[in-house]
Amino acid sequence: MEFIRKWVQALFFLITNGYWSFPVSRGIYQGPLKVICSPGLNCYSCPAATSYCPLGALQQLMGGIRLALENGQFYVGFYVIGAMGILGSFVGRMICGWACPFGLFQELLHKIPSPKFGIWRPLRFIKYAMLLFMVVLLPLFAVDAFGFGQTWFCKYICPAGTLEAGLPMIILQPGLRASLGLLFLNKLVILVFFIGWAVLASRPFCRTACPLGAFYALFSKIKLVKLRLDTDRCTNCEACHDVCPMGVHFNESPEDMECISCLACTKACNFNAISLEIGGVPLAGQAPYKPPNVQLE
Amino acid sequence: MKKNKNTRKVTIRKAPFIAIFIFFVLGAVGISLGEPSRVLEQATQICLSCIGIG
Ligand code: SF4
Ligand code: SF4
Repeated sequence: MEFIRKWVQALFFLITNGYWSFPVSRGIYQGPLKVICSPGLNCYSCPAATSYCPLGALQQLMGGIRLALENGQFYVGFYVIGAMGILGSFVGRMICGWACPFGLFQELLHKIPSPKFGIWRPLRFIKYAMLLFMVVLLPLFAVDAFGFGQTWFCKYICPAGTLEAGLPMIILQPGLRASLGLLFLNKLVILVFFIGWAVLASRPFCRTACPLGAFYALFSKIKLVKLRLDTDRCTNCEACHDVCPMGVHFNESPEDMECISCLACTKACNFNAISLEIGGVPLAGQAPYKPPNVQLE
Repeated sequence: MKKNKNTRKVTIRKAPFIAIFIFFVLGAVGISLGEPSRVLEQATQICLSCIGIG
């Protein structure tokens, strides 16, 4: 399953970044596909990006809401929130596990040999504050003299934007280099920080700072496709704890908001207590009991 | 009669379908208001702040 997941991640990376003529055009893709929502965090100023980033689009709409309303245009984010909500209602954070390029990037970094550490669980709440303040409230209410809000998360935090758009664009368009300053330095430091942390700990950005992951996490209880725990079969052996890249203790919290449905725990469970369901219906009939791999001396 | 322990009652969860419907309607309202053209306009321009310049 892990093999299939890696291929799906690679496929989504290629689909959402399918504009490969950027080294010639030296600009970003400007075609009609950009009206489609990227499921994962994928900066739309990335030269290869073929879809829009829901977080970027939402902040832009929030920031420009006053001007739009003054002009009689009701651009209040319904289209973007609708797209994000449909994705969230179907699969929730399964997108993080299967379709986000920045999630894949962190997973690859984590394969670099080094001492590995956990992440203090309360840090997960930071991402909900990011979603509320940096993506919605600040762009909406911290406006300039002309009534424009800024894209706070993109501008000051997003390491995916620095990696996928900032660095490639200053290589492709040397003219931009003259404008680099403290703002870019701040974003570069954040990117380097998360790269280093991702080597040492599993998916630190997803677990502590990503507003998109936070949004999808809100659907953990109601999403259509989710994992379920068979409490009759679960022996609380805690094998699922060790393999989880998100620090979830599945047997204690089967609807955990951190779960990215990577399915690692389904494989680790020797008692087949964890299975996938769609809308309450088990995906494939419950597998028979698998005896633990015990070796006798 | 002995009940087969492996036979489980399947209950269809309604919540995901309600959520999908609500967000679908929300998206459709956004489309009817012309929001996709605004999103497209934004997404096809280089966002300087996204790349740490603007
Ligand atoms: S939490 Fe954010 S960065 Fe991580 S996989 Fe999900 S959308 Fe991508
Ligand atoms: S609980 Fe299981 S499916 Fe969810 S993230 Fe952890 S290992 Fe993956």
